[in-house]
Amino acid sequence: MKLTIQVNEGPYQHQSSDSAYFFTKAALDKGHEIFRIFFYHDGVNNGTRLTTPPQDDRNIVKRWSELAKEHDIDMVLCVAAAQRRGIVDDGEAERNGKDATNMADGFRISGLGQLVEGAIESDRLVVFGD
Amino acid sequence: MPDAKKFMYINRKAPYGTIYAWESLEVILIAAAFEQDVSLAFMDDGVFQLTRGQDTKGIGMKNFSPTYSALGDYEVTKIYVEKESLEERGLGLDDLQHLVWEDEDEDYAEKDSIHLVSRAELADLFAGQDVLFNF
Repeated sequence: MKLTIQVNEGPYQHQSSDSAYFFTKAALDKGHEIFRIFFYHDGVNNGTRLTTPPQDDRNIVKRWSELAKEHDIDMVLCVAAAQRRGIVDDGEAERNGKDATNMADGFRISGLGQLVEGAIESDRLVVFGD
Repeated sequence: MPDAKKFMYINRKAPYGTIYAWESLEVILIAAAFEQDVSLAFMDDGVFQLTRGQDTKGIGMKNFSPTYSALGDYEVTKIYVEKESLEERGLGLDDLQHLVWEDEDEDYAEKDSIHLVSRAELADLFAGQDVLFNF
C-alpha cells in the first residue's frame, strides 16, 4: 500500500512524532511504500538539527534523518508552518533575510500542496497528532 | 491525476487557544486548487470556529473568522456541523455565521453551506470519505 504520513506535533512534548516514526518503520518493514512524510503545525520542529536531547534519551530528529536516508523517504516541512516557527533552510534564510539555518538532513521545505498531493496519490493518509 | 477523491476536513478545536483551526483553513484554501470533492465537518469545540461576532482585540490575535465566508468562492459548499456538539455548548444555528455559496447551475442562487447533522449522520459521512484531514 502507498502511504502518506502527516505529523502534526513537535518532538518530546507529544508522543505523536514517536508514534509516526514507529508506524513508518513498521509499514516499511511490512513492504509498504511511503510516498511522503509531511510535517505540519508544530510537527515542523521535528526538522531542526539544533536539538540536543540528553544522552540517555532518543534523538528524534536524528532518527528521522537516518530513516529518510536509509529508505530514501521524501520528508517535507510545511513552509508556512516552518516560517512561523523558525525552521530555516538556505533558501528560506536568503528569502527572508535570516542569519542562520537549522534544517536537519533529509528534510526539505515546501508548500501545503505537497500534503494534498500526498493524499491524492496515496492509498491512505495517516495522521499523527492530538 | 486520478479521479477526484472525497476529502473531508474535520475541525475539532476552538479557534484561538491553539493554531489548529487557522492552519486547517490554510490547508483548505490551498487544497481548493486541486479540485477534489471537498467537505468540512465541525464538531466538539470546533463548532466555536463558526460562531458569529468574533472579536479578538483583547487577545492580540488576528480574527480569521471572516475567512469562512469566503469558502463558497473556493467551491467549498458542504459544511457539516454536529448538532450534539452545538447543543452541549449551549449553541444553536443562530449563533453561527450564515455561510452561503452561489450555485452556477441555478443562475447563481445563494444556497446555505452549513448543514446540521447528528453525531450518527456525521459518522456515516466519515465512512463515505476517501481522505480525512483531522485538525
